[in-house]
Amino acid sequence: MKRRSLFLTITASMGFIFLYAPIIALIVYSFNKSKLVTVWGGWSLKWYSELFKNQQIIDAALVSLKIALVSASLAVVLGTMAGFVLSRMGRFRGKMILSGWITAPLIMPEVITGLSLLLLFVAMEGMFGWPAGRGTGTIIIAHTTFCMAYVAVIVQSRLASMDETLEEAAMDLGAKPSTLFFLVTLPLIAPALISGWLLSFTLSLDDLVIASFVSGPGNSTLPMVIFSKVRLGVTPEVNALATIMIAIVAIGVLVAMYQMRRQTKLTSE
Amino acid sequence: MTSSQLNELSTSTVANVAEVPLWKQDGAEPFLKIENVTKMFGEFTAVDNISLDIYKNELFCLLGGSGSGKSTLLRILAGFESASSGRIIIDGVDMAGIQPWKRPVNMMFQSYALFPHLSVADNVAFGLRREGVARGEVKQRVAQMLDMVQLGALGKRKPNQLSGGQRQRVALARSLIKRPKLLLLDEPLGALDKKLREETQFELINIQEELGVTFVVVTHDQEEAMTLATRIGVMNNGVIVQTAEPHVVYEYPNSRFVAEFVGSVNLFEGKVVEDLPDSVRIRSKEAGVELFVNHGISCAPNQTVHMAIRPEKIKISRNKPEQTENCIQGIIEDIAYMGSLSVFKVRLANGKDVRVTQPNFVRDMGARFTWHEQVYLSWDMDSSVVLTS
Repeated sequence: MKRRSLFLTITASMGFIFLYAPIIALIVYSFNKSKLVTVWGGWSLKWYSELFKNQQIIDAALVSLKIALVSASLAVVLGTMAGFVLSRMGRFRGKMILSGWITAPLIMPEVITGLSLLLLFVAMEGMFGWPAGRGTGTIIIAHTTFCMAYVAVIVQSRLASMDETLEEAAMDLGAKPSTLFFLVTLPLIAPALISGWLLSFTLSLDDLVIASFVSGPGNSTLPMVIFSKVRLGVTPEVNALATIMIAIVAIGVLVAMYQMRRQTKLTSE
Repeated sequence: MTSSQLNELSTSTVANVAEVPLWKQDGAEPFLKIENVTKMFGEFTAVDNISLDIYKNELFCLLGGSGSGKSTLLRILAGFESASSGRIIIDGVDMAGIQPWKRPVNMMFQSYALFPHLSVADNVAFGLRREGVARGEVKQRVAQMLDMVQLGALGKRKPNQLSGGQRQRVALARSLIKRPKLLLLDEPLGALDKKLREETQFELINIQEELGVTFVVVTHDQEEAMTLATRIGVMNNGVIVQTAEPHVVYEYPNSRFVAEFVGSVNLFEGKVVEDLPDSVRIRSKEAGVELFVNHGISCAPNQTVHMAIRPEKIKISRNKPEQTENCIQGIIEDIAYMGSLSVFKVRLANGKDVRVTQPNFVRDMGARFTWHEQVYLSWDMDSSVVLTS
């Protein structure tokens, strides 16, 4: 066996320490008994129980979950449609522009996305009276908008790698285009839809900036509550909350990765 | 292949010879009628005004290189492309405007296009389920079909757990399950290795004869076309150059393209000096002598023609043969030993190379021709063909 070079080992370790030391510190300190965040006072689950007694945080978590569930689902539906158009319409005038427009939210600074959506909502309220005020609904719309871009990209690449003769074969065997979409296309891109949904879910759960712009009073999401609490000083309670969120996101990412691997295994010869 | 299978094959060939094939009968109704079909992609003409009649129970091969338009024609028959002009009539029904999912046609794809998320049995059942066939019947017909292609035990497997040959048979079973009137096969054996391909060729013929389905096969492999086909249509640049039985295409090609595309051939350019009803004399600078062919052609005197002779029809000898016509002299330039036969490249005095193949009758290497040996090449006057185009 080839000996691993010492240099590579050190580089890899340094990289991982750089990436994960802060997160590990946060997780460890979430089990801290002491009330002071920076002083270690022994192991305890006290802050987790405190957390579940805090009605404000629980409410915010529920709002966040609701928004993430709804906007991830909407993003999958809309993003799939967009991805389908991009990969199956063939070459048409303005395709480059359309695909550019769809993927633009991926690189757009969040502040700008948030601000422009806020302006849109205010203008629309002025003109049509909808959406009346800002709250959960407007956050869902905003999150769907930017998550959809991710789903579109994932679905498009999946469809591009899919053998189009599979659809022709289904047609040849008597399946109408509508039937073949549900019997052949959808099952084959399902892993992409699942990973797109999970990605959207975690993105929505994480988002602070856009939500801050488009939310209204009484509709703070979890990241907004954490951020406002931290401004008054970091409490061990926030550490506990952050640990739970890391766990949820990590599970989501792992499942998404597993799905991606399964899909490549299924289609590779 | 076992000897009993061989016997079966030879008897079936005999049976076919006994009755006159449909395409030779006057007034026989073609099963598939292609009428003046043209397909344009922008400025490019992929299929150029093709008319073709294919009869019931035929195994028709469209043979051509890549870009010859053979696959496009097949896709037009399946309904994936619509012809720019012309008509397709299958069993008396005009296919214009009939969607692929409503045609009495099934296709076996070159890539097999098996649904990776479905098991072998579900792949095969796909077509029947779309027709709304009752569950019990689906099960029974799928089992029957899988038995026929010798995959009875593998129904629960996924396509990616199968070998190339097994996938090919699943694809065949899937395309036959709906009992189509016409089966289109796109390079059906292309993805198989040589040995498997030879076995499968005979299986395919047996299945075709057993089920009485009309097959249209697209292939670029002339050997495949020769073995499979009842008739071959040789395609080039969107046009069918020659339509005939395999042995006719090989022995009597109608043009230089066909002669060169199917098998290998030696061509001698020359001018017609004498054109009698049953023989032609050609003066050829390339051959260095006058050439005689014992069939007449209709052409202007002094027209430039090509005489084509297949490498295996040329006799090679050390001593001057008795015949005086169609005999030339040369030096062996190169030898390729291929086991059952050897290929010689013989250079004539004027520099032209002639390809000659000889079966290796004897084992002894010493008795055979060797490099730079002076030899005589000769052939019978009914072995060659005069090509005017």
